[in-house]
Amino acid sequence: MTLLKGGEIVADEWAAVGDDDPVPAGPAIVSLQRWQGEREELLRRNHPVGVRLASDEASGAPGAPGVIEEISADLDRLGVVVLEFASFTDGRAYSQARLLRERYGFEGEVRAVGNVLRDQYQFMLRCGFDAFEVVDPGKLDGWREAASEIGAWYQPAADRRQSIPALRHAARGRA
Amino acid sequence: MYRYDEFDRDFVAERVEQFRGQVGRRLSGELSEEEFRPLRLLNGLYLQLHAYMLRVVIPYGMLSSRQLRMLAQVARRYDRGYGHFTTRQNIQFNWPKLEEVPDLLADLATVEMHAIQGSGNSIRNVTADQFAGVAADEVEDPRVYAEIVRQWSTLHPEFTFLPRKFKIALTGAGHDRAAVRVHDIGLAMVEDAAGEAGFEVIVGGGLGRTPMIGKTIREFLAKRDLLSYLEAILRIYNQFGRRDNKYKARIKILVHELGAEKFTELVEAEWREIKDGTLELPAEEIERIEAYFADPPYETFEADDAGYLAMLAIDGAFRRWATSNLFPHKRPGYAIVNLSLKPLDGVPGDATAAQMEAAADLADRYGFGEIRITHEQNLVLPYVAQRDLHDLWRALDEIGFATPNIGQVTDIISCPGLDFCSLASARSIPVAQRIGRRFRDLDRQFDIGELHINISGCINACGHHHVGHIGLLGVDRKGEEYYQITLGGSADENASLGEIVGPAVSYDAVVDAIEAVIAAYLEHREPDEPFIETYRRLGAEPFKESVYGKESVHDAA
Repeated sequence: MTLLKGGEIVADEWAAVGDDDPVPAGPAIVSLQRWQGEREELLRRNHPVGVRLASDEASGAPGAPGVIEEISADLDRLGVVVLEFASFTDGRAYSQARLLRERYGFEGEVRAVGNVLRDQYQFMLRCGFDAFEVVDPGKLDGWREAASEIGAWYQPAADRRQSIPALRHAARGRA
Repeated sequence: MYRYDEFDRDFVAERVEQFRGQVGRRLSGELSEEEFRPLRLLNGLYLQLHAYMLRVVIPYGMLSSRQLRMLAQVARRYDRGYGHFTTRQNIQFNWPKLEEVPDLLADLATVEMHAIQGSGNSIRNVTADQFAGVAADEVEDPRVYAEIVRQWSTLHPEFTFLPRKFKIALTGAGHDRAAVRVHDIGLAMVEDAAGEAGFEVIVGGGLGRTPMIGKTIREFLAKRDLLSYLEAILRIYNQFGRRDNKYKARIKILVHELGAEKFTELVEAEWREIKDGTLELPAEEIERIEAYFADPPYETFEADDAGYLAMLAIDGAFRRWATSNLFPHKRPGYAIVNLSLKPLDGVPGDATAAQMEAAADLADRYGFGEIRITHEQNLVLPYVAQRDLHDLWRALDEIGFATPNIGQVTDIISCPGLDFCSLASARSIPVAQRIGRRFRDLDRQFDIGELHINISGCINACGHHHVGHIGLLGVDRKGEEYYQITLGGSADENASLGEIVGPAVSYDAVVDAIEAVIAAYLEHREPDEPFIETYRRLGAEPFKESVYGKESVHDAA
C-alpha cells in the first residue's frame, strides 16, 4: 500500500501490527483492543504508537461515550490515528476525523485507509485527514488535481480554511 | 430573490468542471459504473429504464423568468422538448445523453442553477413554502433561512456520504404547505414569548416504506443557532444512523429506535459543544440574505380592484378559475396565482419548452419576473395585481395552464411510475389520467371540493401517497399492477398518515374504487365539510363499505 501525504507519495514508517504479532521496534500501529489491553507496555517501548479504529468502533454505540472521546486523554501519546473507510460510501470517518481535530485538538497524523478514492480526497482533507493509503500510486497527478478542484467552500471545517461566509465578510471589510 | 456573488459563481463553475472530469473518466472506462454511481447521484444524475435522468435542483422552488427560459432551452437542446416538475420543487429531464450532461450543467450555471445534491445520500435540495414572502399568515419569510441552509449543506465535507438521503423543509406560515412534519428535518418558524422569531425543530418524519410523522425535538431554536443545531443533528445521524440496511437507514428509524427523548439528548449534548463556534449566524449575515428577499416594487392599492370584481360577476369561467386557482395575498389588490400543470390527459408536472417560455413571459409581464414551483407539481406567480388577472387568465388558458382544479380531485400528485422509473412496480401517470377523465366535469370537481389524491408507483413513495387524502400505492401482484388505497393522509400542520382500507384493487378497478370513496364522502358530508374532515369525523368504515361492500368491512374487522 502506498501512502499519500502532503500531495506526495512517501514511505510509510509505521508498521501495521496484527493483534497476535510481536510488536517490532520503531513506530507501530495497533488495534484499539491491543492499545487498550497493552497500553503501558506499548508506551514503555519509547517508540511512537498509533491506533487503528474500525468505523463501528470509532463511533461506538449511540449515547455511550464514543471511542474517540475515550482515547482523547491518550491523544498526546499517539502519533497516528487510523480511521477506516469500509466503503467510500460509509461516511462515518468524516465525523470522527473532525472530532479528533476540532474537539480534541489532535495534532498527529489522521490516516484514511480502506476504500480511499480521489473523488473523496477533498472532503477528507477538509475533515482533517492528512495521510491516505492509496491503491494506485500511478495516478498521483489525479490526486493532486482533486485537491484543488473546488477553491472555496461554504462550511468551516477541520482544515481551518476560510469559509465562503468568512471570505465574504473579509471582502466587505476591504470594500 | 437570491443572486449569486463571485463566490457562488466560482463554486458552481468549479463543480461543473469537476463533474466534467468525472464523466470523462467514466466514458474512458477509468471509473466503473459502480464507482461512478455515487458521483453522478451527488450531481442529480440517475440511470433510468430507458436513459439517464437529470434532476436539476430549484432551491426552495423559486425561479426567475430567466432561469425558467433556460430550463426551456435545456429541454429543447438536451431533451425531447419538455421537463417534469417534481414533488420536491425540482425539475427532471428524462432523456439527456451522459456525454452532454457537463455542457448542460455549464448552460445552467450561466443562470445560477445546478444539479448538486439532486440525489445521493446527501442533504438534498432544501424546500420551503411555495407562498413564502406573500402568504398572509407568515411569521417570517422562510426563504432567508432556506438559502442559508442551502449554502451550508452544499458539498458539506462531513455530510456527503450519509447513511441515506436527507431532506430538509422550512415553513414560516401557520398553515404548513411545505410538509415539514414528513421530512428528515422540518423547521417551522414560530415566535417565543418575547415575540422573537425562531424555529420549532421537527426530526424523523418521512414517507417511503416506513412512513412516520416527525417528532418535535426543540420547541424553539434561536436563528443564530440554526446551523450549529443542524450540524449537531447531522453529526449524530452520520455516526449512528444504520448502515446495515438501506431500508432502515433514514434518520426516522434512528429516532424511532433510540426514542425521541434519547435522540434529543444526544443532539443537545453535541450541540452544546459547538453552539457558539464558527457556525453561529451573525445578525448581519441574516440581514444580508434578507435583503435578497425584499418585496418587489408593489403598487399601492387600497382595496380590491373594481374591474376584477366586475369580471368575476359577469364571467363564470373566470370566476371558477379565480375561486380554485387564486390564493389570498398579503397585499391588498394582489393575488397569488396558481398555474395548473394537471390538464385533462396531461402528465402531472410536465411542461413543454414552449409552455415554460410562455410562463416566463407572463411572469415578466404580470408578476415581477418570478415563478415558484409547488410540491404539488404546479407553478405559481406570486405577485399579480388583481387588475391583470383576467388578461393573465386568458393568456394562461392559451398555453394550457388555466385548468381550474388546484387542490381538487384532478390536481393529482404522481410520481413518474413504471413508464419511466426503474424502481416502480406499477404505472402512475395513466392512473392519474384515467382519474382525470372520470372527474373531468368541472361542476362535479368543484362540488367535491378540496381533495388531494397522491399516486406512488412503488413503496418508495415518491408520489407521497401516505399523505394524500386518498393515496394510491402501486404494487406488483404476480406481474399484474394493483393499487393499495389509503385514506385520511395529510401533510399539513395536522399531518397524518393514510390508513389502508382494504385489499389492493386492479388497474382496471382502481378508478371505480376512487369514485366509490368519493360517493361515500358526498353521501355523508355535512355542509361545507371537506373530504378530510368527513373522514376524520367518521373514520374509514363508510368508505370501506362503499369500496368493498358491507361484507368485506366485517371480514376486515
